[in-house]
Amino acid sequence: MFHFASALTGRMNMQAFPRDTITAGGALSMVFALIAIAAFLTYKKRWKWLWKEWLTSLDPKRIGVMYIIVALVMLLRGLGDVLLIRTQQATSVGSSHGILNSDHFQQIFSAHGSIMIFFVAMGLMFGLINLILPLHIGARDVAFPFLNSVAFWLFVAGMALMNLSIIFGEFSAAGWLAYPPLSELQYSPGVGVDYWIWSLQIAGVGSLLSGVNFLTTIFKMRAPGMTMMKMPIFVWSVLCSMLLVVFAFPILTVTLALLYFDRSLGMHFFTSTGGGNPMMYVNLIWAWGHPEVYILVLPAFGIYSEVVATFARKRLFGYKSMVWALGAITFLSFSVWLHHFFTMGAGADVNAFFGIMTMVIAVPTGVKIFNWLFTMYHGRILFATPMLWFMGFIATFTVGGVAGVLMAVPPADFQIHNSLFLVAHFHTMIIGGVVFGYFAGITYWFPKIFGFKLNERLGRYAFWSWLVGFLLAFIPLYILGFMGATRRLDHYSASEGWQGLFIVAGVGVLFVLLGVGFQILQFIVSIIQRKQNIDATGDPWNGRTLEWSAPSPVPFYNFTTIPEVHSRDAFWETKRAKISMPPRYEDITLPKNSPMGIFIAAFAFMVGFGCIWHIVWLIVLGLIGVVITVLVRSADEDTEETTTAAEVKRLDRVARKVAA
Amino acid sequence: MNADKSRAAIAGPLQAYITGFILSIALTLLAYSLTVHHVVAGNAFILVIASLAMIQLAIQLLFFLHLSQESRPRWRLLVFGFMVMVVAILVYGSVWIMNNLNYNMMTPSQLKTFMHQNEGL
Amino acid sequence: MSEAMVAHQSHPDDSKSILGFWIYIMTDCVLFASLFAVFAVMRNATFGGPNGHELFSLPFVLAETMLLLTSSFTCGLMVLAGRVRSKQWVMLALGVTFLLGLSFVCLEVSEFRHLVIEGNSWRRSGFLSAYFTLVATHGLHVSIGLLWLVVNGWRIVKRGLGDVTQKRLTLFSLFWHFLDIIWIIIFSMVYLVGVR
Repeated sequence: MFHFASALTGRMNMQAFPRDTITAGGALSMVFALIAIAAFLTYKKRWKWLWKEWLTSLDPKRIGVMYIIVALVMLLRGLGDVLLIRTQQATSVGSSHGILNSDHFQQIFSAHGSIMIFFVAMGLMFGLINLILPLHIGARDVAFPFLNSVAFWLFVAGMALMNLSIIFGEFSAAGWLAYPPLSELQYSPGVGVDYWIWSLQIAGVGSLLSGVNFLTTIFKMRAPGMTMMKMPIFVWSVLCSMLLVVFAFPILTVTLALLYFDRSLGMHFFTSTGGGNPMMYVNLIWAWGHPEVYILVLPAFGIYSEVVATFARKRLFGYKSMVWALGAITFLSFSVWLHHFFTMGAGADVNAFFGIMTMVIAVPTGVKIFNWLFTMYHGRILFATPMLWFMGFIATFTVGGVAGVLMAVPPADFQIHNSLFLVAHFHTMIIGGVVFGYFAGITYWFPKIFGFKLNERLGRYAFWSWLVGFLLAFIPLYILGFMGATRRLDHYSASEGWQGLFIVAGVGVLFVLLGVGFQILQFIVSIIQRKQNIDATGDPWNGRTLEWSAPSPVPFYNFTTIPEVHSRDAFWETKRAKISMPPRYEDITLPKNSPMGIFIAAFAFMVGFGCIWHIVWLIVLGLIGVVITVLVRSADEDTEETTTAAEVKRLDRVARKVAA
Repeated sequence: MNADKSRAAIAGPLQAYITGFILSIALTLLAYSLTVHHVVAGNAFILVIASLAMIQLAIQLLFFLHLSQESRPRWRLLVFGFMVMVVAILVYGSVWIMNNLNYNMMTPSQLKTFMHQNEGL
Repeated sequence: MSEAMVAHQSHPDDSKSILGFWIYIMTDCVLFASLFAVFAVMRNATFGGPNGHELFSLPFVLAETMLLLTSSFTCGLMVLAGRVRSKQWVMLALGVTFLLGLSFVCLEVSEFRHLVIEGNSWRRSGFLSAYFTLVATHGLHVSIGLLWLVVNGWRIVKRGLGDVTQKRLTLFSLFWHFLDIIWIIIFSMVYLVGVR
């Protein structure tokens, strides 16, 4: 219930600041990092540049880079959580209780999952889509550039709220999905679950807006001649993923809202009494949750299709069946969600139906794997870093996927549900499938966006460290799962005999961190050595799709003239036919910068903070602020600016002269 | 001005709105009177009301939202179709699953009441 | 909307905006579907308290339905008036649509007030939580629509009827028609079925 100590400050109090060493350490390092960045910007007098060139930009290439930077920073945070979890599980045996108390441990694994899914995976995905989608379809921009900015800043607001919980308050201890009754007020009376709810709710609205945006972009803004069946497969994968976003995220919005209503308004949706039904929460959250994992992985599959075709120097095998497979996965992903709660008590008929559907959905995924292998067959493969990430994916994802098919059989699942076998399975899917895919995308498209190539050697070291680390971290977990270890344990008895495997898993994490270290080093070294590694032609990999026809880095207008497309792999065909048309220049009108996205997100943050701490005036202020900002923006008639043809010609000459 | 100044050009759509409005009123009143006068009972009643709602829904989609008149490619129709599929799966699936769970997960006292009410024990 | 309905594509932006807004409306449909699913599951979760039969007043609900339905019709008239750029008819239809919508919201608020005063608020049972949330979410959408309508009216007064305004009226009408469609389902499946 909305109990507030005072109308002014809600239920805020001084106890909300960190009271144990580890949390305080985390909070202080975050605060110091922010101060350091602010100091650096002030010293270099770069605030105006940052505001004008990046923060208020409506260019999806800029927004994409910002998404990826935020996501990679959040990756570090999530890996920090992993270090703590692995240390705890490797040391908390018998009479030792490790380094964390139970409540803290629970907050850490809850934060770990929430951050990795919502801010790392979603962030990398939306970042890469922003960067590449318009280029792939021969467009200059997305359908709704302002909405794009709003979506990004809502993502940041959600991220900020989740990280604020370290500094002020606590985080949810109910897992990354916060099942009731544990997440209800009776068992989680503090602010933790509310932080979780509002962080996800705000970021979720951003995702929904992006879904609408990218779908309209693909439907309406393809270059002349690019029919649906001539689009790059990456675009198809984004189409399917965004269809899922658009139809799954509203379910999350509702479920989070209902949980919040239970906690704050005394409603009885998921309470244990009053007519509530906690099982309904599990049903709804997974009706969203299953499509969510396909949302994450489909664009990664799309990236693999692009990467394999480029580095096997061969056309993608089976374009039509790839499209069919993507479509099948999209449809089917709405029919399997109960497999996440086979053990919750449904009868055999219900379990059997969803079990069968789960096994069926593995088929189109298998089709895709075979198509990638057939693309490689008789190709002349170049094992550049992006291709290495793909190979890592093939090796790990297939095994993890098969583990999933095992669990699709309900009687088998009854043995291993919520064991570490499950944890190993889904991490294999997400790391081997999603993360490796987005790393492949980053290394593949980096030269296009920044104009210079990444250091290949460090990229290789990073990949191998990650792969070895991943295997060391998760093969023990598969074994532990079969040995009976359940997930989320913060302590176990020595007689179980599990400690050795947990220690191996901990070593695995260290290798992953080594891999991350190599990635950071790769960025630093590549930036320092950028002049030696300039991407002069704009086509460093001998690519096949339209983005490689633009100069590197891509100018803000993408293309001087919108290309006309006659076939799949449009750029490859023009290269083969040695068609080179003299560039035509025309006036280009694009959106101006706008700070309104930032303001809307800031007001949304206020609403979230107010809801968490029960500060009514802040909620009202935030809502009014959002409405007013929207009205101000919609009344603005001067939102675009035109670059004259002469100026475009000049910019193009500069871009290509640097390249030539 | 790109506006179509001709009154004649909006005669067709005007007719559509009027027809749709009248049909919707009729269907609403029909459903209402069926309820108030207890004409049908039980599951048949629910089916009839749901059908009347679906028909009125279709009428408003056609006459107010002009869904059938979209020119190719029919993206709105496609996305609408997908939405209908998702909604059907979500609503029907949830009701099926929750009924199944409720049936299998009753407490002993709920079980006693259930068996007494439904199975005459 | 057929392409002929959309101001002759004077701005290619129009069909893009309409498609984007339509997709957003589809997401709102899924949102309502989730609330309907919850209501369907909780239709009997009265926890010993009153159910629809005891709570709902059908004549009242019929009045609400007629108000909203008529406002959907006048909204269509408003868009047609906009197509022929007749400012007076647009403002008239807009005003009528607004008043009908406002009456709907007022009736709904009084219905809620009545329930709360009698002790049958959303806290009473799962059924009532589901009922209030579903119907109030719809009412909230209608209220936001009313605000949007006022803004549109203000814009027409200040800047006249241009292509951009016509596009916005078209988008509004999509929203408004869709809200009436959702209400049909609420009226039928929550009230009519619930009363029995």
